[in-house]
Amino acid sequence: MRSITRRKFLATSAASAAAITAAGFMGNVRIAHADDEIVIASLFDQSGGLDVYGTPMTMCTTLAVEEINAAGGLLGKKIRLISYDPQSNMELYAQYAQEAALKEKVAVVQGAITSASREVIRPILGENKTMLWYSVIYEGGVCDMNNVVSGATPLQMGDPVVEYGMKNYGKKVYYIGADYNAPQIIGDWGKKYVTEHGGEWLAKNLFPLDVTEFGPEISKIQAAKPDFLYTCLVGGAHISFYRQWAAAGMLKKIPMVSFTFGVGNEHKSLKPEECDGIVSAQPYFQELETPANIAFVKRFQDRFGGPDKAPYLNSVGSGSYIGTWFWAEAVKKAGTIEREAVLKALASGMSWEGPSGKLTVDPASMHCIQDVHLAKVEGGSWKVFQTINQLRPDDVKDRCDLTKNPATAEQFTPQL
Amino acid sequence: MDLIGIQIIQVLSGIATLALMGAGLAVIFGMMRVINFAHGEFMMLGGYVVIVCTEQFGINLWIAMLIIAPIFVGLVGLVFERILIRFLYGRMIDTLIATWGLSLFLIGVVTWIFGNVTRGVQTPLGAYSFGDYSEKVYTLVMIAFTVVIYLAIFIVLRRTKLGLIARGTMQNPNQASCLGVSPPRVYMVTFAVGAALTGLAGAILAPLNTVIPTIGVSYVAQAFITVITGGAAAFTGTVLASGVFGTVRQVISFEWTPILGQVFLLITAVILLRIFPTGITGRFFRRST
Repeated sequence: MRSITRRKFLATSAASAAAITAAGFMGNVRIAHADDEIVIASLFDQSGGLDVYGTPMTMCTTLAVEEINAAGGLLGKKIRLISYDPQSNMELYAQYAQEAALKEKVAVVQGAITSASREVIRPILGENKTMLWYSVIYEGGVCDMNNVVSGATPLQMGDPVVEYGMKNYGKKVYYIGADYNAPQIIGDWGKKYVTEHGGEWLAKNLFPLDVTEFGPEISKIQAAKPDFLYTCLVGGAHISFYRQWAAAGMLKKIPMVSFTFGVGNEHKSLKPEECDGIVSAQPYFQELETPANIAFVKRFQDRFGGPDKAPYLNSVGSGSYIGTWFWAEAVKKAGTIEREAVLKALASGMSWEGPSGKLTVDPASMHCIQDVHLAKVEGGSWKVFQTINQLRPDDVKDRCDLTKNPATAEQFTPQL
Repeated sequence: MDLIGIQIIQVLSGIATLALMGAGLAVIFGMMRVINFAHGEFMMLGGYVVIVCTEQFGINLWIAMLIIAPIFVGLVGLVFERILIRFLYGRMIDTLIATWGLSLFLIGVVTWIFGNVTRGVQTPLGAYSFGDYSEKVYTLVMIAFTVVIYLAIFIVLRRTKLGLIARGTMQNPNQASCLGVSPPRVYMVTFAVGAALTGLAGAILAPLNTVIPTIGVSYVAQAFITVITGGAAAFTGTVLASGVFGTVRQVISFEWTPILGQVFLLITAVILLRIFPTGITGRFFRRST
């Protein structure tokens, strides 16, 4: 057997690491700006672990741009969309955000999926005076004039679903989630709500994203005897939890409400017997039976290969459609693509009505006042049973007021 | 009392999961010294075989899991042994790079065919009650399968001529060759058996987890840590290491948090490898398999 020296090992591994990094820097040959077009960028992962979220988001952005162009464009110009693919890689997020802002000088970046990637590009785009529109449901608290958020916050999604649980199931709540900032903070918001409303917060247990073995946790939950379980699990590996929970016969014993269930199309991966009865509150469901949504779903499916091939739409995917259209309406109102003017138009309390209902910008936080729908999984699909109209994104109202302090650019977390 | 009972079952299940993940790697890495970075992807393939067989062809779950999955993944292993691995025996770091490539290739192919979509089969057999607690029957079945698989491995390696030839060839291919054995053929078959065991593990774990092209990363590190800590006598070592790690992880996960469970598993591994640099069986049970 040939021996391996440390030097040889280092050389070989360094060479392969370099090869992989180099692969990331290839690509993106583009034509220069023409005067009759407005360039915008989307930054959603279309490959790597997050492509389940990023691919429908890119499709929705594309659809919105095509619709705006078909309706005569924006300020008499066509929109050209540059769809970057950061490949679930934070370095590429930074690189593409810089490229979009400095080289392409885009009017807006529709971007970021996870909170981690948003926090990478938010300061870059802020420094380079390029507007960022974030349309994903998240842990709330970002207070930044340059970052318009149309995604829902814990106050808009978490509180209603916990309230539903406490009203219908009981006061003892057990929380499990994925181990990174968003589920961590969402859990803290949950704890705040539960303790302030006379409930008992039994536990907050977080799991690394690659954990697939939930046996001990399931026994532990049974030992704690909660009235209901509140979940914020994320990603493919964590779907195992729902499967193992059902297999242990728990689905009918302890009810479950969730912040994230369905956002990764979990109810499509699992069998109906494994997830029926789970309740979630989201700003958007494909099953919403409003005329605007039925028409939107049809346009989306017609554009992307029919009902069988087009991906299922949830609040994450549809978010970028809403974000792109809302931004375009703000440009129309402002009469220019200049960042300050567009932000001012939005901050005037501007509203827009899309497939998820009416959204209104709250000037204090640059988040959106919007409708939230409560739904239960039945036969593997969402059954919307209640709509709460026009919930305010007041999560950090006590600390964030951009009308008074427009220079704020930080993320606030719950004070327990 | 119920709590202790259910905890014992959880610990056994944790041990069985690790032992199952490590079985194929104990052959390919433990015996053959091939650093198989595509180990997780072989498991992933086993899971997909179960899904395709049960969903597309309506084949019985148990037949798909216990027969078709190991045969299919074994054949895949055989093909890659012929076109890739056989040139790399004895070049451990090169096998790492080559199988890393193989791992990316398999993820790519499966994503291309099935899409990056989470799939899965429902856990069969339902639940049983244990005092106040409710647990899935399948856990017990998985533990039983693991015991049977390891018994079979020990019997084949210790009690049959085939096992003797395999062990002899791995120890000293030149001597084996002098005695009329064809080492390349033995290597080929052994690699295929390792791949088949890996596919079987992936198939048995499929109804407990989800299957997605990238699920391999959830398995590969745990399998390597277990087999490396096990040491020279690959199978005895893997069983011992699974026993230690499974107990540590499940008990800590239960008492504190799953993150601490992972942390303590790794701390235990570091301590064990500091005390026994050549693995547990580098010190104890050296003459076992």
